[in-house]
Amino acid sequence: MSDHDVLPLRVYFGVFGTLLALTGLTTWIAYQDFGNLNTTIALVIASIKVVLVVLWFMHVKQSSGLVRIFALSGFFWLMILFGYTLSDYFTRTSVRGWE
Amino acid sequence: MSVPGAATARTAEPSNYLNAEYSIKSWFLTLDHKRIGLLYLAGLTFFFTLGGLFAVLIRLELLTPEGDLFQSETYNKLFTMHGIFMVFFFLLPSIPAVLGNFFLPLMIGARDLAFPKLNLLSWYIYMVGGLFTLYAMVAGGVDTGWTFYTPYSSVYANSHVIAAALGIFISGFSSILTGVNFIATIHTMRAPGLTWFRMPLFVWAHYATSLIMVLGTPVIAITIVLVAIERLFGVGIFDPAKGGDPILFQHLFWFYSHPAVYIMILPGMGVISEIVACFSRKRIFGYHIIAMSSLAIAVLGFLVWGHHMFVSGQSIYAGILFSLLSMLVAIPSAIKVFNWTATLYRGSIRFDTPMLYTLGFIGLFTIGGLTGIFLASLAVDVHVHDTYFIVAHFHYVMVGGMVMAYLGGLHFYWPKMFGRLYPETLAKIAAVMIFVGFNLTFFPQFLLGYLGMPRRYHAYPEEFQVLNVLSTAGASILGLGFALPMGYLIWSLFRGKPAGNNPWGASGLEWQTQSPPISHNFDEVPIVTEEAYAYDTLRPPAAASPEQEEVLHV
Repeated sequence: MSDHDVLPLRVYFGVFGTLLALTGLTTWIAYQDFGNLNTTIALVIASIKVVLVVLWFMHVKQSSGLVRIFALSGFFWLMILFGYTLSDYFTRTSVRGWE
Repeated sequence: MSVPGAATARTAEPSNYLNAEYSIKSWFLTLDHKRIGLLYLAGLTFFFTLGGLFAVLIRLELLTPEGDLFQSETYNKLFTMHGIFMVFFFLLPSIPAVLGNFFLPLMIGARDLAFPKLNLLSWYIYMVGGLFTLYAMVAGGVDTGWTFYTPYSSVYANSHVIAAALGIFISGFSSILTGVNFIATIHTMRAPGLTWFRMPLFVWAHYATSLIMVLGTPVIAITIVLVAIERLFGVGIFDPAKGGDPILFQHLFWFYSHPAVYIMILPGMGVISEIVACFSRKRIFGYHIIAMSSLAIAVLGFLVWGHHMFVSGQSIYAGILFSLLSMLVAIPSAIKVFNWTATLYRGSIRFDTPMLYTLGFIGLFTIGGLTGIFLASLAVDVHVHDTYFIVAHFHYVMVGGMVMAYLGGLHFYWPKMFGRLYPETLAKIAAVMIFVGFNLTFFPQFLLGYLGMPRRYHAYPEEFQVLNVLSTAGASILGLGFALPMGYLIWSLFRGKPAGNNPWGASGLEWQTQSPPISHNFDEVPIVTEEAYAYDTLRPPAAASPEQEEVLHV
């Protein structure tokens, strides 16, 4: 598989249009109240946008296995950042006698 | 000095990358990785000198207990600018950008890096970043410490935080581009026959370093942008008064900045592996495990950042986790030290200048690494946190380790880079001065820290003066030690004896080509048929077998 396959322009415009639509959706949702789900919904939309950009705009979909592994490792490292940081936030307790 | 290869030096200077073209344009628009390495060398030396001058002023202030030379605000700016210039503009790029740029393609038998234009761009980005930070210095300096802790940096500091931070943000892209370039080069441009486990350990170390550069640097860039957003627009991210969390900054900052220590030390370890094998005349002990330990350090280095935050308000349970994980990094680091020591065992050791730096590295890095284990222990860290014990610890790793490796590498590769030899006796004197000066500067700081002297103050109780005077005296020896190589290396460019192609009788493709190398490195693409450290078959260079010459085609 070549790394230099050029996609037809309509694919790029299609992805671009979808991204714009999702941005509009994010803006609309910001004005609605879904209670505890507010953040979750915003993050789900953001994740879909990330996937679109990575697969099509960054050409990972047509790339070799090695490039895909490197792209995936970026997300794995992001999970390390989030996971270990949350290991702090989820286990913070007040010290006895300081309240 | 005994130089086996000198006899073969040519009298008329053949065409090489230095004399191929002379115009200013040919340097500033060059795509030759070797010339770009030298551009980096010039930039780095400038920033190292600047950072060193700040260190001189710091040590002068600490000669007496009273804050009599500088006001506290000025002192804050001095140690901040020292840290910023040394960490971001010298230590991080030093070995990868100078020796890595120059030798990585040579070592793998390639004609250049995979993306030569990107390589030149990375130097320009580095210089622009450095100039931004230089502007911050000239405009009045920064006083936050090189760590830019919030909310001080994002809300309260009155100094030029944004300009300095922007400089670091910009230079980060240089680091990312270098990392991408090295990874692509190592994957795609190795000479025929150069399998992964025939690669020199220098190349393995740079591969591991590049992974950290690519995966870690974006996080510091984003963190700096967040500080700027809070400072400029008042958005509450790190400031607790606005609903932010200052500890979040420390998580993000150290997620990059702890692995950044390994960006500094891993390439140094690569250099040490090359020198130890060459000057012991032995195959390196435990090649595979040294290569894998580089990757292990790169990965484990990302799991330990919370040990900088034991007293910050981080959860105690997270503290326990980070403490345990920090202990793990000791394993691959110790593997390297033991393997170098085993390489020395029963080797035919020669104490040339690069080897002196290498032996210094092994001892000093071991002290730096072991005191790191003290600091990874939760209870000990509470006692010595933010004291001179920390300052001594990281200087043992960064100066005793990284700078010794950089200087060792520079002396080892200088004859290949310029085709000239430096005065060996003077170089040995400088190496000993640096070793003695370094220990006299920083060992007293372990004691000062353990006795409770906090870092980052310009005045201190009188009982600490003797140790501080010793430290300042050591710094003056260290300073002279650093000045010497700057003098004799420049002298050697014009007056040094011709080095020949392989003055150390070293193995490796980089030593099989001409000194200084031709613009395209090799006349013919070399074909590799054996491992990188075949010292068993390569005694002195004159005794190299005809088969080897034929195989290498250079």
